[in-house]
Amino acid sequence: MKHRYLPMTEADQKAMLDTIGVSTVQELFNDIPESVQFKGEYKIKAAKSETALLKELTRLAGKNADLRANTSFLGAGVYDHYMPVIVDHVLSRSEFYTAYTPYQPEISQGELQAIFEFQTMICELTGMDVANSSMYDGGTALAEAAMLSTGQTKKKRVLISSAVHPESKEVVKTYAKGQYIEVVEIPQQDGVTDLAALQNMMDDSIAAVIVQYPNFFGRVEPLKELEEIIHSQKAMFVVSSNPLSLGALTPPGKFGADIVVGDAQPFGIPTAFGGPHCGYFAVTEKLMRKVPGRLVGQTTDDQGRRGFVLTLQAREQHIRRDKATSNICSNQALNALAASVAMTALGKKGVKEMALQNIQRAHYSKKVLKEKGLELVFEGPSFNEFVIKLAKPVKEVNQALLQKGIIGGYDLGRDYPELSHHMLVAVTELRTKEEIDTFAQELGDYHA
Amino acid sequence: MHKEDQALIFELSTPGRIGYSLPEMDIPEVDVKELFPEGYLREEEAELPEVAELDIMRHYTALSKRNHGVDSGFYPLGSCTMKYNPKINENVARFNGFAHIHPLQDESSVQGALELMYDLQEHLIEITGMDEVTLQPAAGAHGEWTGLMMIRAYHEANGDAKRTKVIVPDSAHGTNPASATVAGFETITVKSNEQGLVDLEDLRNVVGEDTAALMLTNPNTLGLFEENILEMAEIVHSAGGKLYYDGANLNAVLSKARPGDMGFDVVHLNLHKTFTGPHGGGGPGSGPVGVKADLIPFLPKPIVTKKGEEYVLDYDRPQSIGRVKPYYGNFGINVRAYTYIRTMGPDGLKAVTENAVLNANYMMRRLAEYFDLPFDKHCKHEFVLSGKRQKKLGVRTLDIAKRLLDFGYHPPTIYFPLNVEECIMIEPTETESKETLDAFIDAMIQIAKEAEENPEIVQEAPHTTVVGRLDETTAARKPILRYKKN
Repeated sequence: MKHRYLPMTEADQKAMLDTIGVSTVQELFNDIPESVQFKGEYKIKAAKSETALLKELTRLAGKNADLRANTSFLGAGVYDHYMPVIVDHVLSRSEFYTAYTPYQPEISQGELQAIFEFQTMICELTGMDVANSSMYDGGTALAEAAMLSTGQTKKKRVLISSAVHPESKEVVKTYAKGQYIEVVEIPQQDGVTDLAALQNMMDDSIAAVIVQYPNFFGRVEPLKELEEIIHSQKAMFVVSSNPLSLGALTPPGKFGADIVVGDAQPFGIPTAFGGPHCGYFAVTEKLMRKVPGRLVGQTTDDQGRRGFVLTLQAREQHIRRDKATSNICSNQALNALAASVAMTALGKKGVKEMALQNIQRAHYSKKVLKEKGLELVFEGPSFNEFVIKLAKPVKEVNQALLQKGIIGGYDLGRDYPELSHHMLVAVTELRTKEEIDTFAQELGDYHA
Repeated sequence: MHKEDQALIFELSTPGRIGYSLPEMDIPEVDVKELFPEGYLREEEAELPEVAELDIMRHYTALSKRNHGVDSGFYPLGSCTMKYNPKINENVARFNGFAHIHPLQDESSVQGALELMYDLQEHLIEITGMDEVTLQPAAGAHGEWTGLMMIRAYHEANGDAKRTKVIVPDSAHGTNPASATVAGFETITVKSNEQGLVDLEDLRNVVGEDTAALMLTNPNTLGLFEENILEMAEIVHSAGGKLYYDGANLNAVLSKARPGDMGFDVVHLNLHKTFTGPHGGGGPGSGPVGVKADLIPFLPKPIVTKKGEEYVLDYDRPQSIGRVKPYYGNFGINVRAYTYIRTMGPDGLKAVTENAVLNANYMMRRLAEYFDLPFDKHCKHEFVLSGKRQKKLGVRTLDIAKRLLDFGYHPPTIYFPLNVEECIMIEPTETESKETLDAFIDAMIQIAKEAEENPEIVQEAPHTTVVGRLDETTAARKPILRYKKN
């Protein structure tokens, strides 16, 4: 058959068969036992031409309500943010996106250096010493952090705040089953981790305590108080953090966190129905050799020129096999590049300004929602999300909002039965005054 | 800094420059300090670069020129399936209705996305011969671990908790044993025989009532089809174990043999290999997992199903191993893979494998005269050579790989699999023309001759790259993992 991705001509095929010394291609498959040979063709849809397929998939994409055509107040771990247009221009350089993992450093310096810069930026934002080249996402990064802590402390219990993202919590629990780790939830009080409860739960059997900063309800956890409680029992302090918030908030590293993980999606990575995003993983220097995944290090060549290589590979699966620190192989390198470009574009001033805009706009939204008669729940220091209580089920309200081109907030009742009718609202720097006012007006109307 | 060093973005930074354009503040502002207790707000700014937009574009363009991708040139990296990454995939993945939708929107507002996922699942079910597929795992290794967790849940549900061991061949990918460990299993190695296939006698010896599963790549990492697959399935199944298919090499058998028909119970696919999601310099990938009927209850939740004309996310799965990833997998990569499958169709996918295997066999036969061929039989999509002959001349496989860089090629995979001395593992893929293969073969032949006549030129390679061989020992002994301002 002729296909634009398949350059082999009939003449090529004949010449190659002659060289091999067989007369048909099928002979090359005769080592497959007759009884398992698949005869014929797959019963799947027929091929489509480029134009016809683009048309079909354009229509399919059109069945989704997207964040460009609608106004989103939905966050809960995935956010609609400013994406500098240059990000996609850099990503579209096919030297980056069509490359494999940079195992041949001489022809992979571009990728290696970009990752080295990514590692540096993550260290800067989190206040940690070492960051790796990326993880699948924030949820699996958190699970890896839990596993690192139990390996390091030789203890098998992990405490996790109930104010951690529910889906990340579930992922941690799935991984924990594999590793025979016991995961115990710390209750929340007024939307933050219950410090008194945590104090009571702490003893010397705990490998790590995991909190989220800002937490799932948007509240900024008191890391100073948490650190004192956690380290007094020699447990490891694991913080899952939205890296954008760290443009304005004191970084977890300043509070003595041992491991900081999260997702760099707020930096130039599209929501993409939940993935691919970009997990990050940062630790103190002491834990450098326990980190999962790839690390890029600086070195020199035989002429003294600076260069970069994948390093400390003795931690990894392709060397250490069943003794590796993790099974991770593919990571999210291209999205780490996206995040690097976005962090570079924002730079020292922009990342702070963007984080502060989130705080300001969320604060303004709270004010106007209150004025419309909505009840704010869990009030206190928060970043770009907060909780409101509705008179009607969130699902019903959201369906009505969608008719007006608004994607409403997250229905907390899905994960917290006691919080039915509670909506988690996200307000990023992209939400204009007009959009916020309209949203408040609509919600006020439903509330009445 | 050496005069030829490529500047780091931090070294290009100048206070006062910006590269961003944030929305205008159109709301009344408050004093943020009043919203937070003392100590909550950051005092020292993060040292991110301060550069203008053109500086950024020049920087990353310069970096891209120091990188080799499939679009730059031939990339015969064994076991990695470095085929062409179609551009239509990139366009489709960027459609607003795919790139800019939120995973927690109401299901009614993302029917197009769910339909695509469902249809991709249906296509992968047919391609693998399995009964159900989840798209949740983010990459191959993640899929392996997911599949093994399901096998563990299956045995536990049968009250069979003593099955603590996973068997992997000595030629297996490193992720196999690593994933087994993360899933809580102990790894047992089964030997390969002189033909490069799993040694059936040894398999019989290591299989027992503690066997949870055998993990297998077929064709294996030597590029050879495990001809005794049915006997192996019988050995493992009759001992009560499950058979796991590592789909890394699926490009070798599309339309020729399906894992489900070979007796496999669980299979993961690497959509970024066979199905052209780009490798992205190391990721993101996508690692869907297919299972036979008896393992369906244990699939990660949610799964996409169809109720009447509506696509829904099914969370009501009491025996599920739980979530393996937030949301529903690497959707953007799944969109690309779906676009590719729809571009190829059934006859196209068949031609993919036929051409990939023909290309590999052609290269193998042409190179066999100049390099040792450890397994002299038809290969599948890839083959291994040994650099033993050249090693005797003082030229190691690593040197050959580095010398290929001077010819503009990405070298093959080297020193893997571990059971072949001075291994060189070549996978051409189907998207390369005969002219490209011939040029590469000529370069390999020239290097073989250089090894005899002028070994220094090979030993000291590469000569044309932006940096020479790098000091990896110092990099590991005194790690510098981030930039610090002097």
